Amino acid sequence: MKVHPCTLMSDHNIEKDTVQQTMAQSPISGHPQAKRTSRTNRWILGLFPVALLAGISVLFLRNDPTAQFRAAFPPVEELTIERVSFPEAGIMRVHVVNGGPESVTIAQVLVDDAYWQFKIDRDPTVPRLNSATLELNYPWVEGEPHLISLITSTGLTFEYEVAVATESPRLNAQYLTIFGLLGLYAGVVPVLLGLLWYPFLRRIDRKWVHFYLSLTLGLLAFLLFDTFEHTLEASAMVAEGFEAVGLIALGILGAVVGLRAIGQLGRDKSAPTSGLTIAYMIAIGIGLHNLGEGLAIGAAYALGEIALGSFLVIGFALHNTTEGLAIVAPIADKRPALWNFIAMGMIAGLPTILGAWAGGFSYSPITATFFLALGAGAILQVIIEVSKLVQRSWPKGLFTPLNAMGLIIGMVIMYVTALMVTA
Amino acid sequence: MKAEKLTRRDWLKLGAAGAAGLSGATILDLASRGGARNALAAHGLTSGAIKHGAVLDHQQDMGVVGTTATQDDFDPGTFLTHFDYGEVQIRSDGRTVRHWDVVAVDRDIQIAPGVWFPAWTYNGQVPGPTFRCTEGDILRVEFTNAGSHPHTIHFHGTHPTEMDGVEPIVQPGEKFTYEFEAKPFGLHLYHCHTMPLKRHIHKGLYGTFIVDPPEGREPAREMVMVMNAFDSNLDTENEVYAVNTAAFYHDEHPIRVGVNDLCRVYLVNVTEFDPVNSFHLHAGMFRVYKTGTQMDRYELTDTIMMCQGERHILEFNLENPGSHMFHAHQSEFAELGWLGAFEAVENLAADEGAPMHSYV
Repeated sequence: MKVHPCTLMSDHNIEKDTVQQTMAQSPISGHPQAKRTSRTNRWILGLFPVALLAGISVLFLRNDPTAQFRAAFPPVEELTIERVSFPEAGIMRVHVVNGGPESVTIAQVLVDDAYWQFKIDRDPTVPRLNSATLELNYPWVEGEPHLISLITSTGLTFEYEVAVATESPRLNAQYLTIFGLLGLYAGVVPVLLGLLWYPFLRRIDRKWVHFYLSLTLGLLAFLLFDTFEHTLEASAMVAEGFEAVGLIALGILGAVVGLRAIGQLGRDKSAPTSGLTIAYMIAIGIGLHNLGEGLAIGAAYALGEIALGSFLVIGFALHNTTEGLAIVAPIADKRPALWNFIAMGMIAGLPTILGAWAGGFSYSPITATFFLALGAGAILQVIIEVSKLVQRSWPKGLFTPLNAMGLIIGMVIMYVTALMVTA
Repeated sequence: MKAEKLTRRDWLKLGAAGAAGLSGATILDLASRGGARNALAAHGLTSGAIKHGAVLDHQQDMGVVGTTATQDDFDPGTFLTHFDYGEVQIRSDGRTVRHWDVVAVDRDIQIAPGVWFPAWTYNGQVPGPTFRCTEGDILRVEFTNAGSHPHTIHFHGTHPTEMDGVEPIVQPGEKFTYEFEAKPFGLHLYHCHTMPLKRHIHKGLYGTFIVDPPEGREPAREMVMVMNAFDSNLDTENEVYAVNTAAFYHDEHPIRVGVNDLCRVYLVNVTEFDPVNSFHLHAGMFRVYKTGTQMDRYELTDTIMMCQGERHILEFNLENPGSHMFHAHQSEFAELGWLGAFEAVENLAADEGAPMHSYV
């Protein structure tokens, strides 16, 4: 009779664990009083450094040794204009965030090098990490640029250039429909269309399945770079105090770890991730990417940076159809129920609509950066999973000449279709 | 105009009450309108600097607005018509000796409502005091540098080279007395001549120096206007333009003059960073006496362009009552604060508005 080595191994492990547990438990079970004391002690030990830190902070604030340096320098001020919106003709709204270390008083506003009256929705002294909205009756000109400059009480200026002024989308049925349709055409429909490659994938040779899996890897690799670039772009608009880099790290690593944890829910740790799970993970990753893409489209439209030509929508559609292929490639040899396909299509496609709404009506660089980073992380994790899948199921390994070709072709397809959406 | 203002303010009050009721937030009305702005509004335009709500309401109700209202000892409205003749002594030979104490001090000044500029000043004000004397007077200016940087006072006009204010450089804590005879009559200026010159000038070390002709001039409503500008963010471009420092001051406080009264403006350009500045009068023409050194030669115009250091005496009689805007005819400067108005009033008493100046 043959004994599976794996079984032996795990038995051995269990034995070891048991021994260790017994050893660890013995002193506690022997002295119930000690158990309680040690717990209190542990609390004290854990909180001791915190208490000490609090004490030192109080001491520092009472007798601030940096005060003498501060006196010599003017206060550091950092205002960021996140967005300028044009709700209607003759009205301009400026959304400002104080991302600096100290409160900033907005004293004056210049529009195109002219002082202009404004109303502000709060006290003009904006505390750190707080925001304010300014409203001006300014006769802005449709289709032309405008330069907004805030002057603080210390005479510093913070500028924002509106590339093209255009009436901002209002939260109404018309714009909800426009952005909804946009998301539908650019995200949902193409992904679903891409899923229709499933029957084709089922009928081809195993060798070619791996070619298409590699092609998927290429598509995803391109999306990773693309998403990351968008992340950096959005993060450039984030006010300094909000730590864009930290936000990006949190988003990327959070998605990698989070998606991995989700993939392992309710299944044996030692078993490899199933194709269907990977397909779902890809759908989630692409969904997050599409959320970012929707945000970008919506915001670009709202900020007057793109005209929504039909060419642009077709470009996005072509670009995103390949995403459907990416989802179904890992399940070419499985037979999942039909609802799985619909579910995956929705997971991957619907976020485009949500993103377009969010981006069009209230674009915030902070949330955009975070969601784009989340998307980048999700795609990274999906790339890892698909690579493992190819490596595991294909004895010739990941980088056979055919697979390498697939990977490169995947990236080229993405590159070429991306050329159609240079907005 | 009145009705519109009321409507607007009422609306804002409603808005503030509503917002306070809903969220505890306050909506602050930051709008205000002055005389010249009303003229602008009549053309369907609005522009201008604004005050914070409570201040504005107070100012409108009291009829006193001032970009520098919160500044304790410098008021552009007072500065406009104030001339400093110094301490006068008659020497044994019968000549008039005038003495001034000038102290250079660092100080934050208000250049627009709520906007503060870290200035270098003569006697704590920008522009410095307007020195006035008569041709042939002996002038003694005792200069103390209480600032953080070395400074001098360089007077324009004719004087011995050692009194030129380039050398010696007066170090912080040191003193120097400039002494020379006032000549020739005309409109001059003074400023710091320490290097780097740009910074010493744009930080605020300048003022007007008037030398009257021995026979005096015809009595007139006299005003001093120093065209200056401030680079508040120190990027070598100005954020604020004005006459006498405060943006839109005479837009908020139109200068009252009598219809057909002779008005005389001592106009000096010290604007740094821009090659020229200009003065344009609405609804009237003025006589330009270049540098004020000749009594009988003038040009009649309504717009005059001047480079830094140029100064002219402008004389005019406003024939029609009402608001006469004056501003730089570089629209950019006008919209950045260099804009005001004369309010021509029938039968204005000699001591009202910009008071009638008599020569003794």
